[in-house]
Amino acid sequence: MDYFVTEIDRAGTVAVDDTILVKGYETKAGSHILDGFVPLFSSDAVERLLKAGCTLRGKTHTGEFGLDLVGETSYHGVCKKADGTLSSAAAEAVAAGEVKQALCVDVNGAPRRGAALSGVDFLKPTYGTVSRYGIIPTACSGEQVGVCASDAEGVKEILSVIAGHDGKDGTSLPAEKYEYSADKDIAGMKIALVKELYDASEDAVKAAMDAYSAKLRKAGAAVEEISLPDVKAYATAWQIMLSAETCNNISRYDGVKFGYRTPTYKDIDELYVNSRTEGMGFTAKMNVLYGSDVLSKNRYMSCYDKSLRIRRLASEKMKEVFAGFDAVLCPAMSGASVAEYDLAETFEKTAKELLFTTVPNLTGIPAMVTCGVQLWAAAFGESTLLSIAGAMERSAN
Amino acid sequence: MKYEVVIGLETHVELSTKSKIFCACGGHSEANEPNDCVCPACCGMPGMLPVTNRHAVELAVQAGIMLNCKINQYATFDKKSYYYPDLPCAYQITQWFHPICTEGYVDVPTKSGTSRIGIKQIHMEEDAGKLVHDDWADVTYVDFNRTSVPLIEIVSKPDFRSAEEVLNYLDKLKSMLRFGGISECEEGAMRCDVNISIRPEGTEELGVRSEIKNMSSLASIERAIKYEVARHTDALERHTETLVQETRRWDDMKNRTFAMRNKETAADYRYFPDPNLMPVVVDDAWLAEIKNSMHATIEEKTAEFTGMGLSAQDIASLVSERKLCDIFDAVVASGRKPTDTAAWILTDCAGILRRGGKVIGELDIAPEALSYIIGMVDEGKINRGVGKKVLSAVIEKGVSPEQYIKEQALDAKVDESLILETVRNVLTENTKAVADYLGGKEKALQSLFGGCMKVLRGKGDPAVIRELLVKEIEKLR
Ligand SMILES: [Zn+2]
Repeated sequence: MDYFVTEIDRAGTVAVDDTILVKGYETKAGSHILDGFVPLFSSDAVERLLKAGCTLRGKTHTGEFGLDLVGETSYHGVCKKADGTLSSAAAEAVAAGEVKQALCVDVNGAPRRGAALSGVDFLKPTYGTVSRYGIIPTACSGEQVGVCASDAEGVKEILSVIAGHDGKDGTSLPAEKYEYSADKDIAGMKIALVKELYDASEDAVKAAMDAYSAKLRKAGAAVEEISLPDVKAYATAWQIMLSAETCNNISRYDGVKFGYRTPTYKDIDELYVNSRTEGMGFTAKMNVLYGSDVLSKNRYMSCYDKSLRIRRLASEKMKEVFAGFDAVLCPAMSGASVAEYDLAETFEKTAKELLFTTVPNLTGIPAMVTCGVQLWAAAFGESTLLSIAGAMERSAN
Repeated sequence: MKYEVVIGLETHVELSTKSKIFCACGGHSEANEPNDCVCPACCGMPGMLPVTNRHAVELAVQAGIMLNCKINQYATFDKKSYYYPDLPCAYQITQWFHPICTEGYVDVPTKSGTSRIGIKQIHMEEDAGKLVHDDWADVTYVDFNRTSVPLIEIVSKPDFRSAEEVLNYLDKLKSMLRFGGISECEEGAMRCDVNISIRPEGTEELGVRSEIKNMSSLASIERAIKYEVARHTDALERHTETLVQETRRWDDMKNRTFAMRNKETAADYRYFPDPNLMPVVVDDAWLAEIKNSMHATIEEKTAEFTGMGLSAQDIASLVSERKLCDIFDAVVASGRKPTDTAAWILTDCAGILRRGGKVIGELDIAPEALSYIIGMVDEGKINRGVGKKVLSAVIEKGVSPEQYIKEQALDAKVDESLILETVRNVLTENTKAVADYLGGKEKALQSLFGGCMKVLRGKGDPAVIRELLVKEIEKLR
């Protein structure tokens, strides 16, 4: 299986996905429209990795601008598991032992779904703890670089390297460094299971959730069911913001400055239209259409502004939940596998899966996928997530 | 019927910051070539994030204070989307939802007294780039030097009732902002959109409005207003056309306005808050700091200079240029007399600049250097003529006055016997001038004096030279 769209060093141990800039290496974020774009600088996360002595293996496939389920819309082609079903290239590369860790940008949950499908770990940290400098932007208000590894220790190792204040990112939080632990005692922890998300998942996922809950109880944690009655509205709000911000951010790919330019045009309008029509895939176009619509004069208040208000409500709701619980447990996606499908359905399929992954992107809290299930914690609760995942992984061995 | 004209202005002014508003690039004024002052951020490369320039915020707040505005302690930056090749990200960062200043006013002098013009708001935004069309090759190039240069847009209320008020308002804004160090307001760096309508005198309801975009010359603004008033009046009185609310462009050559294509003006800019920029929160401490760092206004400086005994004319000259005030203040602060200092700046420096074809506004001298020269003259170490010579060298060649005086040995004490010898030589060599003087032409003495000064290369106390000269020439009677 070819996990990499760009090889950097065959001896490297860390991969980064193709939305993360590495100076001097073509970066396309899975899109034809960025053909030939070679960045002049590396992302802050990559700079920190290199400074810490890590070596980069290469850049993994990503879906066009990271907007799909697990990377199937990549201009470079899909990544398939041995059984022919889909997963993300980064998660598969980690699962196959090609790399120890992989950095992926999580904007709509794709890296979390990939980790669940390939049976590895992925942690999306608290918004503002890892710099977003040097990633191809889509939805800036919720995207964050996260770490994929085969276990919690592996995640912790790289997360400790890439997190910390960066003056080049105006939303970067002030702490210079974060200390993470993966071995806090989980006995006595209270974990909330989200009823609406459990109910919305398929039987195979429910079974995995049940097994995980049982193991948590055995380790001395309490698992209690809670309700997030507005979780569907949260997902819709994030879909609106995700498309709006993406539409705005990818408008700069116009064939004028860099990337793909159409060979046929008469004037500037045709240069724009033809370059974008030929250079962008179906899912990117769907997001542009949807995003333009929700930002239009007549729809702004009822769509985008309302989403901003829903974001605040969601944050308040999650604060309330974490006042009584250490972590939240829920599925990472509706099913346990994804078969190949007609890519014209990507936008709708991805929108449906946002139900499971939105809250962390919308409210900035950390999320982790481990053993095929998903955990959330309050802001800066990464150590809680790593400790639960670590304890469960150790007990499985 | 008599009509009343109603005008509102949107004025764009470039802020005098060292760097651009969201990246570390220097201002475009440092650029020699297109795309000299650019970086990945202001070229719109993906992955770069904007970081707000605090100084730009401070200057915008100061402008608000000068225009008596309410300073909003919570302001946001918002994205305005449209496609144009000079806009690298296809969006401009501006302040749409929460501008930094609102609700102010400025008093504008008019023939009949003063008019108070309301300010609706002042918001910050980034400038766009520039397109350069090469007609020969039929290619258009993009220059991003101006991209992301910080601007403020000062939006007035529709309070102007004449072109005169508009022009005086712009004049006043320009001198206030220049003097306050907010903006250089260089030629063309102040651009206006003029909103204009007319209504029957005595009525309240606003008429159909035309917006004339992107005006930078005062003369054109005046002509454009006259043209629009006439066009609107004709439309209402003689039904020459049906007025519609539209954006128009002024054509300086044809001396008229033209409606712009609908496509250029009917855009939906899809504004939304920029998630990459935290809201600007001007807390009380920062606001106090900004207020403290403000430069005095023209009115305050005028009062201060009057108290120092400067003439009205000298004051007017000094306050015409913030830089002159700053040099003057520093020289006076170093212990020189105010009236003397004003004379050195406004007579001597101005004269030297004029000789080089420059105006006093272009004066570029370190206050320490000027103070040093004045001090040397005051202490009698060099005479005033030599002082002027040193000043010329400092202004024209950029030399250090101390070093220059030493190198040229200008402060060397001239022996009285050397002066006497020189005077005698000059008298023997200029028999005609001597005869003229003795014959009653007093003026001839001046040429002999000049001759002595020339030989002595400006050294020596002129009073001593003159005294000896008269004594010696009288001996010849
Ligand atoms: Zn720049």
